[in-house]
Amino acid sequence: MNWTNLFKIALKAIANNKLRTFLTMLGIIIGVASVITMLAIGHGSKQSIQSQISKMGSNMIMIMPGAERRGGVRMGGSDMQTLKLSDYQSLKDECTYIAAISPSVSASGQLIFGGNNYSSQISGVSQGYLTIRQLDIDDGEMFDDNDIATSAKVCVIGTTIAKNLFTAGEEPVGQIIRFKNIPFTVIGVLKSKGYNTMGQDQDDVVLAPFTTVMKRINSVNYLQMIYASAITEDQTEQAIDEISDILRTNHKIQDGQPDNFNVRSQEELSSMMTSTTSLMTILLACVAGISLVVGGIGIMNIMFVSVTERTKEIGLRMSVGARGKDILTQFLIEAIMISITGGVIGVLVGILAAYGVKFFAGWPIAIQPISVVMSFAVCSITGIFFGWYPAKKAANLDPIEAIRYE
Amino acid sequence: MEDNGKKKVISLKDIRRDFIVGSETVHALRGVSFDIYEGEFVTIMGKSGSGKSTLLNTLGCLDTPTSGEYYLDGISVRKMSKNERAVLRNIKIGFVFQSYNLLAKTTAIENVELPLMYNPKVSSEQRKQAAIESLKMVGLGDRLYHKSNQMSGGQMQRVAIARALVNNPAVILADEATGNLDTRTSFEILVLFQKLHAEGKTIIFVTHNPEILQYSQRNITLADGKVKEDVYNTNILSAADALAALPVNEED
Ligand SMILES: Nc1ncnc2c1ncn2[C@@H]1O[C@H](COP(=O)(O)OP(=O)(O)OP(=O)(O)O)[C@@H](O)[C@H]1O
Ligand SMILES: [Mg+2]
Repeated sequence: MNWTNLFKIALKAIANNKLRTFLTMLGIIIGVASVITMLAIGHGSKQSIQSQISKMGSNMIMIMPGAERRGGVRMGGSDMQTLKLSDYQSLKDECTYIAAISPSVSASGQLIFGGNNYSSQISGVSQGYLTIRQLDIDDGEMFDDNDIATSAKVCVIGTTIAKNLFTAGEEPVGQIIRFKNIPFTVIGVLKSKGYNTMGQDQDDVVLAPFTTVMKRINSVNYLQMIYASAITEDQTEQAIDEISDILRTNHKIQDGQPDNFNVRSQEELSSMMTSTTSLMTILLACVAGISLVVGGIGIMNIMFVSVTERTKEIGLRMSVGARGKDILTQFLIEAIMISITGGVIGVLVGILAAYGVKFFAGWPIAIQPISVVMSFAVCSITGIFFGWYPAKKAANLDPIEAIRYE
Repeated sequence: MEDNGKKKVISLKDIRRDFIVGSETVHALRGVSFDIYEGEFVTIMGKSGSGKSTLLNTLGCLDTPTSGEYYLDGISVRKMSKNERAVLRNIKIGFVFQSYNLLAKTTAIENVELPLMYNPKVSSEQRKQAAIESLKMVGLGDRLYHKSNQMSGGQMQRVAIARALVNNPAVILADEATGNLDTRTSFEILVLFQKLHAEGKTIIFVTHNPEILQYSQRNITLADGKVKEDVYNTNILSAADALAALPVNEED
């Protein structure tokens, strides 16, 4: 088989029909480009959610009151009052797999400073919360055990709060702000963390000793949640088991009885959230994949037209000595060249479009080499698959009839 | 029939070709036997439906006879596979068709190169050289890069003849090669065939036109799938003279 010559012949045939070739390619270009763009968007949002979650601390464990419901985390568990301060205390004392622990109680309301007020939420936590959520103090300091013991009226605020209350540019540390008529002294400001993927402002926080929030604001004796962090990510499982055991003992739960609390790791949360984006990615890729198949059918359609239109030419080629397989190869090369060229252009257009989405819509994108390689492979296979049948038809023509064809 | 010790290029022995159409059998060739020697210029005549094209397809290895033996340049063709016949056509046969059959939007030189494109033994340099030589032989040395749609019918047929010559075939087969051309151009093509004959090419020329057999060396007449007459022409006319004698301002 004389590949170089068959290649030249196929190239010539493509060059003789530029417009039609381009239109055929368009199907492949759109197909490949949309696969690449869709996957880039899908992976981009998945990656940014993942990195956001790991920034939140991948060792993080959440302990919530109330039994687990089927199908996920039980929301609104705060009305269950099964988590007590004693639970926090015994976890803090007995757990060997956790590095930090903090209770969590919160209250919503207006923060007032001078003439400014700002609607937010105050979180009652312990010092461990900073470790668990990977927060840093930028200015001032965190409250200490003494503040917790005395339910001190002190707080640490995020930069969003500072910006909204101290509009005249006052130094936040040392100022007194009011929440539900209780004066809180600002003793520290957190380092800014910006927005997370879910669009939450992570600087819109006010941290106060949990005892203060429980006694002075909420007047309750139960906790809404306990945060902990495992010593290492690998020890999360053991930590969860240990926490469950301690709480079951504390709550006097018999063997075989369901828990009245719920322990979740960050990893579970993360996989729950990424599974949603994965599903979205798959759906997007399917839609894009369909357009690639439609592009392939376009190639087949054009190849059929081309074979019929060039019947006389095929007859001539055969009469001067082209064998069936020469004709087959020629048409296959044509189909593959159209789809591969379309694929290359499609990849470029897809990458451009993905960056366009990032630039104009601000969505996170991630172009994975594997998706480029895959859509490239798919379109070559598309070329062979959809080019084969018309090429076979051409190769099986009878030279005598073909050359007489008008 | 004279046998002056020349090589037999074509040897047919009782060739039959039946076509089965529905429940009927059409006998297109009913026992055709003849030999053609190297360097002969043979015309094949006969009424429409007498089997001329079927015979030419057989000679050109496009078709296989139902029975009988065919030797082309000493090679038995009958038992060959489709692919083997394609290779044989590529090196031994040159076809000239009534409707030229040039590739569209393609230069003369590329059209002529076509048969050699399917011969892996010929390098692209040799191919180009052979194509230029063939085109010079048919008088188109100055039209190498003209595309097929930029040429007249006569020029296109010359390109087709150059294409048939390029692989230096054992035999050139022409089916109604002047059928689409006006009288003057037909004569020009005949002049060319006579010139090729003079250079020693073996030519088989199928035609309807009884005038043409005066310019060939030998004529085989077919009737109803059989050879009716096979005669050598003792008085070969010169096509060049006939062309010169044509009225100059002929409108056709
Ligand atoms: N593929 C075929 N199937 C069936 N019958 C055929 C086929 N090809 C030729 N024939 C028949 O064989 C006979 C000879 O046909 P052929 O084409 O060889 O004639 P011809 O001498 O070339 O005629 P013309 O001068 O009109 O070209 C005709 O009766 C024709 O109908
Ligand atoms: Mg005929």
